[in-house]
Amino acid sequence: MTGAMPATVDGAVEPRGPRPKPFFTPRKIIIYSILVMFSLYYLFPLYVMFTTSLKSMPEIRFGNIFSLPTAPNFDAWVKAWTSACTGLTCEGLAPGFWNSVKITIPSTIISIFIAAVNGYALINWRFKGSEIFFAILIFGSFIPYQVFLYPMVMITRELGIFGTLQAVIIVHTVFGMPILTLLFRNYFASLPQELFKAARVDGAGFWRIFFEIMLPMSLPIFVVALILQITGIWNDFLFGVVFAGTQNYPMTVQLNNIVNSAQGTPEYNVNMAATVLTGLVPLAVYFVSGKWFVRGVAAGAVKG
Amino acid sequence: MADSALPLEAGATVNRPSLLKRILFHNLPAKIAALPMMVTVLVVFVGCTIWTIYYSFTNSKLLPTGKFVGVEQYERLFSTSRWNVSITNLVAYGVMSLVFTLVVGFILAVLIDQKIRFESAFRTIMLYPFALSFIVTGLVWQWIMNPTLGLQGTMRNLGWTDFTFDWIANPRMVLFALLIAGLWHGTGFCMVLMLAGLRGVDEEIWKAARIDGIPTWRTYVSIVIPMMRGVLVTAVVIIGSGIVRLYDLVVALTNGGPGISSEVPAKYVYNYMFSGGNIGQGLAAATMMLLSVLIIMIPWAYLEFGGKGRRT
Repeated sequence: MTGAMPATVDGAVEPRGPRPKPFFTPRKIIIYSILVMFSLYYLFPLYVMFTTSLKSMPEIRFGNIFSLPTAPNFDAWVKAWTSACTGLTCEGLAPGFWNSVKITIPSTIISIFIAAVNGYALINWRFKGSEIFFAILIFGSFIPYQVFLYPMVMITRELGIFGTLQAVIIVHTVFGMPILTLLFRNYFASLPQELFKAARVDGAGFWRIFFEIMLPMSLPIFVVALILQITGIWNDFLFGVVFAGTQNYPMTVQLNNIVNSAQGTPEYNVNMAATVLTGLVPLAVYFVSGKWFVRGVAAGAVKG
Repeated sequence: MADSALPLEAGATVNRPSLLKRILFHNLPAKIAALPMMVTVLVVFVGCTIWTIYYSFTNSKLLPTGKFVGVEQYERLFSTSRWNVSITNLVAYGVMSLVFTLVVGFILAVLIDQKIRFESAFRTIMLYPFALSFIVTGLVWQWIMNPTLGLQGTMRNLGWTDFTFDWIANPRMVLFALLIAGLWHGTGFCMVLMLAGLRGVDEEIWKAARIDGIPTWRTYVSIVIPMMRGVLVTAVVIIGSGIVRLYDLVVALTNGGPGISSEVPAKYVYNYMFSGGNIGQGLAAATMMLLSVLIIMIPWAYLEFGGKGRRT
């Protein structure tokens, strides 16, 4: 409510916009109660995840999902990280975490670079057919992945990389291409054409203009693309489970194995600790990037 | 763009003729740079789709080398109860999910748009689930809905002895369990979209409506929502194609159970291709998924690109 109502100064200015109101109008109370109710729905799982992961099993068996842990400790976290059983092996989530890192970093870099070049070529160096390729690319992004799954398995098998990290990286690059190319294409279209023309007149070529003019100006869109890709690839399950091979399963796959194929009595605190651990990276990206994440989501979607 | 009388050719930007020519004819680096995109389009998006459709008409078992058998796989598909349960589930879940996501997303966006305090806090809380994976979402809700130790057990221990919330174990209710988790994950995203749409509506329209004495709800229904048509259509297409892909959430939350009561097509495809050893069947199911997305997409593409003078 700060500064939005200049009219409060001595009433000298004509009232504009909504009238300043006392804070506790019935309308406000209704709005806030609905918003708070929804917020509880959104926050509850986060609360449950954290509190359960800090409890001991006897305390969990006592059966109160709302209660705070009486003696919070990180034993379950340690077990989830180092010794929980994911199917056949019992090495915890740590290998999965590193696999996810090994998948996410190169996939993100390669896909963003390719998409940036694509977007740049589509806007500044149009050639016959480029728009048709682009249209198919965007249209293709809506096709369910299941349609491509088996032929992609065959392609990666032919290339001799099925069941390796390279396969997952290629798949992420391919399926990240539509949305990222769209982002970069729209961004480059919004840059002043004069810059490009001036550089052309000065004799700069394709790559020189790209690296020396376009890239330095595209920091904002790079941040958006980074956020989209890091969270998207980190959260992927399907491509990891199909293409990575048992040794290279990303964290999401290992997490699901820990929880859903566990033998014996389930250790709910370890399960929830593992869940929190898997969610930490995207949550960190989300909370650190704030507005950029929203911008990425909106830009990626509104024009999609 | 504006100061030239040159005819527009092939969508090129209008420049002095020499530059136009250079852009049109000396752009080999661009073609090389766009090679990954062209390969992706031709090999993956076009090639793989055709491959999948073609082999869905064969009797491929462990390897995709079967002989052509016409629509046999499709006949078998639609006589398999698991597939029929899958599509029924998908339609039921899809309709509910689409309606609730849009309605809840819109209501939240309208409420957030009321110049309230803590706006960014509310937005942050509503959108964070979208940052999490479906696996995490599914597992958290699986724990909350655990019949003995989750919400139901807690409420019973607190005294409501006949409190029932066993949806993930109840074949009739399991879709609602999926829905609760799915909405938790996706409504924030829809809210962000809608909020962008609402903020895109000109303030003058609101003033005019207020002067004319039109009630607020009426302004929303008759003026604002029609003006947000673009955002709404986009939201429907994105949410819709997401629903068809629904997979991770089911794997994590119910793994298709109890029994086959929460199976979905994407899971059917995966199981037949990679563990059932019946590739033809999996490909036929995948082709049906493709068809369902086309049914969502084609009217949208027509509305979006068909009406205006199409450039080919």
